[in-house]
Amino acid sequence: MHSTNRIVTGAVAAALFASAAFAAGHGGNPAVNARKAHMQVYAHNIGILGAMARGNAEYNAEAAVAAAGNLAGLAALDQTSYWVPGTDSDSLPDESRALPALFDNLDDVEAKRAALEVAAVALAAVADDGLDAVRAGLGPVGAACGACHEDYQKPRD
Amino acid sequence: MRRAAALVLVLAAAGAAAGLFLTRAERLSETDLAGIEPDLARGEWVFHASGCASCHVSPDAERGDTPVLAGGRRFETPFGTFVAPNISPHPEAGIGAWSDAEIVTAMTRGTSPEGRHYYPAFPYGAYAKAELSDMVSLAAYLRTLPADATPSAPHDLGLPYNIRAGVGLWKLLYLDTAWAVDVGDDPLLLQGRYISEALAHCGECHTPRDALGGLDRARWFGGAPNPSGDGDIPAIHPGSLTWSEAEIAAYLSDGFTPEFDVAGGSMRAVVEGLARLTAEDRAAVAAYVKATLPVE
Repeated sequence: MHSTNRIVTGAVAAALFASAAFAAGHGGNPAVNARKAHMQVYAHNIGILGAMARGNAEYNAEAAVAAAGNLAGLAALDQTSYWVPGTDSDSLPDESRALPALFDNLDDVEAKRAALEVAAVALAAVADDGLDAVRAGLGPVGAACGACHEDYQKPRD
Repeated sequence: MRRAAALVLVLAAAGAAAGLFLTRAERLSETDLAGIEPDLARGEWVFHASGCASCHVSPDAERGDTPVLAGGRRFETPFGTFVAPNISPHPEAGIGAWSDAEIVTAMTRGTSPEGRHYYPAFPYGAYAKAELSDMVSLAAYLRTLPADATPSAPHDLGLPYNIRAGVGLWKLLYLDTAWAVDVGDDPLLLQGRYISEALAHCGECHTPRDALGGLDRARWFGGAPNPSGDGDIPAIHPGSLTWSEAEIAAYLSDGFTPEFDVAGGSMRAVVEGLARLTAEDRAAVAAYVKATLPVE
C-alpha cells in the first residue's frame, strides 16, 4: 500500500513538475506558477470525477480510481516551498489570488490541506464501488477545497 | 414681513413633518398576516434559498444542518464595519421573543421591533419582494434552530452613516419592490427570478451600487467591487458569463466551475444553501441568470 502511494505520488509530482516547468517558461513568479500548476492538476482530476458525477461522462471505475488516487497524492505533497511570503494578492495583484490572510494563518491552511487529503483518500478507497460512491465521496473533496477558497481566495474579477 | 416669516416657519415645519412621515419606519401588523399558516418545510426551503446562514453563522462555526445563527461576522465596507446580529431563537440575545409580524417586518421593511431602521447591509430590499407566507414560514423555521446567548455586537460606523434616520431617506430612494428583470410569463423564469431576486439576493453583490449604496438596476448583474473584502464580484449577465444553463445549475449544486475550479469567498455559502434546493430550482435560477440583459 505504501509503495503504491509512493509511486502515485511520484507520478503526480512528475506531472506537476512538467506543468510548473511549462508555466515557468512563460514568465511569472515561480512560486505562484507552481501553485497554479498544482491547482490545475487538481482541477483536471476533479474534472474526470465531476463529469461522471454530473452525468456528463460514463462511470468508469478504473478512471475514477486513478483520478481519486491522483487527488490523494496531490494533497499529500509538501507545498511549503511555494506558499511563501511576498506572493499574496497584494504583493502580486496580477498573478496571485491568494489573500494575505492565507500567509498569516499557515497552521489553518495546513489543517485544511490535511482535511483535503483525508477526503481524497476516502474517495479513492470507494471510487470503484460505483457512481453513487463517487458522488458521495466527491462532495467532501469539493467542500475541503472550498473551505480554503472561502477564507483565503480573492474573488475572480 | 411677519406673515412671510410665519409662512416660512409653517412650511419648514410641514416639510420636516412630511420628511419624518416619509422616512418613518414602516411596520406590518398581525392583521397583515391574518390567515397565513406557516409551513415548516417551506420555511426551511426559504431559509436555504435566502442565504441566512451565510451571514448570521459565526465565522468560527460550521454552517451544517442546524446552523447556530449567533451572528458576529464582520463586514468591512466603505460605510464602516457592519456586524451580523444574533438571529437565533434566544429570547434575549436573539429573536426568540419576536412575533411573526415583527420578524416579517424586519425581513420585508427593514424595521426593528423598536421601530428603528436597519442598515441595508441586511438585504431587506430583496426580501421585500418575497411572499408574506414565505416569510411567515421562515419565521417558524428560524424558531426551530438552536438558541445562542451571544449578544449582538454594535456596528462600527462613522458620520454620517451612524445616523439611522438617514436610512429612512435611503429606503425612500432605493427600496423598490418592482422586479429588476422582465422575464415574461414563463413559469421556470418566474421561479428563477423569485428565488434570485426575492430570496437569494444575487444582485446585492453582483450588481454595482452608486455612491449612497443603492443598487444600479440599469446594470443588473454587471459585477461590482466586493462589498466586504478584497477584489471584485464578477459580472454574471449573459454578455459576460459564458457558462451554459446546465453549467450554472451544476455549479450552484456542486460548487465546481466548468473548468472544475471550486467556488470560493462568499459564494461558497451561497452554493451550500442553493445545493439544498431542488435541481429544478437551480435550473430555474440558471435560466433566469441567462435571461438577464447584457450590460455594456
